[in-house]
Amino acid sequence: MSTPYALPEVTLDEIKHLVSQRALDGETVLLNMGPQHPSTHGVLRLLLELDGETVVTCVPDIGFLHTGIEKNMEAKTYLKAEVMTDRLDYLNTVGNNLAYCLAVEKMIEVEIPPRAQAIRVILAELQRLASHLVWLGTSALDVAAMSVFLYAFREREIILDVLELVSGQRMMTTFIRPGGIWRDVPVEFDDAVRNILNTFPKRIDEYEDLLTKNPLFLDRTLGIGKMSLEEALSYGVTGSTLRGSGSDWDLRKKRPYSGYEQYDFEVPVATEGDVYARYLVRIREMRESLKIIEQALDKLPLGPVNSNDHKFVPPPRSELGTSMEALIHHFKLWTEGFDVPKGSVYAAVESPRGELGVFLESDGGPKPYRVHWRTPSFNNLEVLPLMAEGLLVADLVAIIGSVDIVLGDVDR
Amino acid sequence: MDKQFQAIVQMLEKDFGAEVSEFCGEVQAVLPAENLVAASQKLRDKFEFALLSTITATDYGLEESPRFHVVYIFNSLSKNLQLMVRVPVDGENSTIPTLTVVYKNANWRERELWDMFGITAEGHPDLRRILMPDDWDGYPLRKDYPLGYEEPQFTFNFEEIDLSKPKGEF
Repeated sequence: MSTPYALPEVTLDEIKHLVSQRALDGETVLLNMGPQHPSTHGVLRLLLELDGETVVTCVPDIGFLHTGIEKNMEAKTYLKAEVMTDRLDYLNTVGNNLAYCLAVEKMIEVEIPPRAQAIRVILAELQRLASHLVWLGTSALDVAAMSVFLYAFREREIILDVLELVSGQRMMTTFIRPGGIWRDVPVEFDDAVRNILNTFPKRIDEYEDLLTKNPLFLDRTLGIGKMSLEEALSYGVTGSTLRGSGSDWDLRKKRPYSGYEQYDFEVPVATEGDVYARYLVRIREMRESLKIIEQALDKLPLGPVNSNDHKFVPPPRSELGTSMEALIHHFKLWTEGFDVPKGSVYAAVESPRGELGVFLESDGGPKPYRVHWRTPSFNNLEVLPLMAEGLLVADLVAIIGSVDIVLGDVDR
Repeated sequence: MDKQFQAIVQMLEKDFGAEVSEFCGEVQAVLPAENLVAASQKLRDKFEFALLSTITATDYGLEESPRFHVVYIFNSLSKNLQLMVRVPVDGENSTIPTLTVVYKNANWRERELWDMFGITAEGHPDLRRILMPDDWDGYPLRKDYPLGYEEPQFTFNFEEIDLSKPKGEF
């Protein structure tokens, strides 16, 4: 393919500044960590400059999982583009759907029924639990606590079973749709979630028994990867990683969406800003999530789960045989899609990793003109060199685990 | 508009020549590129916008002038405010001043901006491609960059496409 642009050429001189002069003199060792490395939690490549076992410089190299989702979404209607959102952060699919739907709903101004709001909250919190379980298992595995990994993944499967129950898919659910949710939850949903609520507090106690006061775990995490609040903010760090450094910034509390203001929960904060602080924050967050799920389930309202505005929400299947109008709406929605008013919005939700924002720009047509994902992992990864430099390679592995990145989220 | 925004809007309009509007409950300010660094410095220091959430851009097409809008999302944690700043950038010689002097996380976001749109951040310490390979040709998120696909093979173009397929030695 020929283009009007000049081919960029990268010379060695241009990237020499990434490492110190000592590396160029051969005094220190350059080591390539990843992209295929179990402790990088995906396809992250780190260029490490090592003095013995000490990290002198750490240069993250990302983009191995870049899938061009932002470009692809521009070519699809608003309903069809949503399917791609699941593929960004594959541990937080419900949250991705939610962020996207909130952005679309902000522009088309449909009203979401309370039952749909509550189900959204329950699923988003279940997803947060599942995501934190993956984080707990893998980051414990990184510091050589093998058994936690097995237990955490056992419990995660129970949550994925609930997602499968409501949507038919374990991970790529696309359950939340603009204007509501795909369909009402089945009758077994209540029992399945209650089962989680009954078993999980004990299970979280068990994880804490294994880790929280374990001297080996403390040795690997206490005082490692320190980050002050000012540093965290200037690097745009959000989520549990920021709260581990002493801020109580949580979008669920500060800018409530989907009815989070109705639920009583706390935002766990730790001030030390090290790997252990971030561990404590996430463990406590899992307990708070259970509290939110319980409250939402207890007062789950009855009623419709989708907006009645069939210009945006497909009419129920039962109406298609009897109502001409419903048939027209159905046809229009699945061929042309719905038009969104011209303008741009930014909607953000609190994902398990931080502020997950969607910048959505519309030109008034049925396809998004521009979608940008402000993914929390991207910002949280940028701060890695600051935390890792001067520490050991083994500590670097613990720090990568503690910032909880998902490479699908970083690279988009 | 939130009451706390009044002083900010006044400052942006008076000192930096911004045009402020509101859409779907969000405050958006269109700011000339030369005032960006000074304005964001003031937003951070005086109005406590400690968090730069993201930097991105929209391409309005080759014929439009200005061709791009670079979008900045600022967040104030202490005041719980969100502000969208849009900076119009021309298609020819598209440059913006770098924000790395104010916010450190502008580093990667501006690299992404250059990678995806070809908009140069002047004064950036390390402007390399970040998501695409270093030797990539073109800027993928521009509107004149085609969404790539593989042409399907039909009877009428079977040989033409067959010729371009890689032939392995078995």
